[in-house]
Amino acid sequence: MLAILTPIMRIIEIPMLALQRLLGINRLAWVFLLPNLVLFGLFAFLPVFLNVVYAMTGSDNVLLVDRPFVGARNFGTLMDCSSYLDPNTCREDKFWRAVWNTGWFVTLQVGIMVGFSLLTAIILNRDIRARGFFRSVFFFPVLLSPVVVALIWKWILQREGLLNAFLDWTGIGGINWLVDAQWAFTWSVFISVWAHMGFYTLILLAGLQAIPRDVYEAATMDRASPWRTFRKITLPLLSPTMLVVLVLALIKGVQTFDEVYAFTGGGPGTATTFIIQYIYEEGFAGAPRLFGLAAAASLLVALVLVLLTLVQLWLNRRNVDG
Amino acid sequence: MSRIWSFLTATRGSGRLHWTDWVSYGYLVLGILLMFGPVVWLVLSSFKTQNELDRFPPRFLPYAQETMELPGFDEALPLFTVTEGEYAGEVVAQTRRAAGRAEIVLPVDPETRIRLQATQLEPIERIAFATENYTDLFERFNFLRFLWNSTFITVTATLLMLLVNSMAAFALSKYEFRGRTGVLLIVIGTLMIPQTVVLVPLFLIVTQMGMFNSLWGVIIPGAATPTGVFLLRQYMITIPDEILDAARMDKASEWKIFWRIIVPLSAPAIAVLAILAIMWRWNDFLWPLIVLTQSENFTLQLALNSFQGELQTDWTSLLAMTVLTLLPIAAVFMFLQKYIATGIASTGGK
Repeated sequence: MLAILTPIMRIIEIPMLALQRLLGINRLAWVFLLPNLVLFGLFAFLPVFLNVVYAMTGSDNVLLVDRPFVGARNFGTLMDCSSYLDPNTCREDKFWRAVWNTGWFVTLQVGIMVGFSLLTAIILNRDIRARGFFRSVFFFPVLLSPVVVALIWKWILQREGLLNAFLDWTGIGGINWLVDAQWAFTWSVFISVWAHMGFYTLILLAGLQAIPRDVYEAATMDRASPWRTFRKITLPLLSPTMLVVLVLALIKGVQTFDEVYAFTGGGPGTATTFIIQYIYEEGFAGAPRLFGLAAAASLLVALVLVLLTLVQLWLNRRNVDG
Repeated sequence: MSRIWSFLTATRGSGRLHWTDWVSYGYLVLGILLMFGPVVWLVLSSFKTQNELDRFPPRFLPYAQETMELPGFDEALPLFTVTEGEYAGEVVAQTRRAAGRAEIVLPVDPETRIRLQATQLEPIERIAFATENYTDLFERFNFLRFLWNSTFITVTATLLMLLVNSMAAFALSKYEFRGRTGVLLIVIGTLMIPQTVVLVPLFLIVTQMGMFNSLWGVIIPGAATPTGVFLLRQYMITIPDEILDAARMDKASEWKIFWRIIVPLSAPAIAVLAILAIMWRWNDFLWPLIVLTQSENFTLQLALNSFQGELQTDWTSLLAMTVLTLLPIAAVFMFLQKYIATGIASTGGK
């Protein structure tokens, strides 16, 4: 690898040296920054502004010059509802179904996942043998691709799959899991927890290990019960890490798409269609391609994510200072 | 035996196992089953023949029926043991089966056809791994093409990202210049713009640059990442400035300092970022799904997803393809487990 890179670096050195002579050492910093900033500009900041333009224009043309200005009409379409609690009364019922699905999904997934991650981290933090091994057992699904996760579980849950064979054997009888709306949703939450909990376990374990040992020794001296020790020492000292984990899990949960899309395709019906899938389908999969509606929905999601990210940054800063 | 027992029951602390230890170990064993079990099941299933996959309830290991070549028959015939009747205990080869009746021959006398009830026959099986599930992939599908696309995207994108991000991190950690705080704020700002919320305009930009349905359309937009810049900058700050000054005294150019000193000294951080980048790129799904619409440009993930729709019942190919897709990641995980864990913990994922 190095053998290929060295001549390339030599070639880059020639213009860089010329620039260094021209600009001086400190202004050369901008040259080093340039590629990164150009990429950020083109693929992060410019899209944010264009997103607003798309959200305010109509038609299925992707070129901005061909798109008539419609003002807030796209937002109006999304928000046109007699009752926000009942997607059936909405003009874009699919959008509101996706919003509600995502809301429920995030609540359940984050709650269950953080709960199990905490339990696992506490167990891994005990004096157990082969901790490294067990830690990687829980961690390794994090590395699997979403499509692979979906297929692994689809294979187990299919009509004549392993789980149904087991249920048949116990006498309960098999269930056609992914055809039933509620089961499909439940299993979507399950595979998402399965795939991601190792990541949060790792962070919580690091948080637990950062709690000084002598605090626990003092608690033992005072004959505090394990439960009391947990409630009065572990939980309060872990709460900054818990908050970070919660916010991170929320940020990722809202953006859930890949594994559920490969797992259920958003169905049956719209039972597992989430907000990113709505954006994908309006903008890219359907005909006509409703870029304006997709962009408007993106902006609403972005708003939620910006708020969550600000909380995250604030938490990070607070944790570093405190 | 007792030594094994005492090894298993010993705790790191002192004394015997408390009941909470039992609960903990019980939980962990359950964890192994739940986390590894599905993947083990996938791998075992991928070695089963179509017949074996159709079997319900499924068996744990892959089996295949014994066959035998007999003169006068073009194909190898499946072997059975007869369970009852005149030929009980004999090993026979089946030539035909229809409506519950089987036509068989004795291996010693392949000329004489004998008719039996299918229920009298018990198949002779052995454990066999159907490796043809894997070799078929290369013949029936454009599998090498998908593999190449995925590999090309992963390698190129990782190298590009490392170069671009380490250059930026170098500038932000080792130079004093006006506007540095501003640039840092810009980098933090991009944290708030995940790809998922700018899909539509990103699609326009990539299309306008002629990168629609091109692998570069997947590689370039994600090449600069705020986490990468922060991770590397954090590490580069700890490199003493004296080393740079000494190199400048020796008339080394700034680029040479970056390439010959800073990059090698930041190797641990670069390695962590490289592993993360490889994982993200190999597993990436949504953006490739939007940019790459022609099947010859598909990555493995896209191919896998589109085939599961097309080949609803062809699980043999699908399972083998799934195993091959997770193999590189599994290999990376086995060798670099420790770095991955620290890397992910320090960057908070993506």
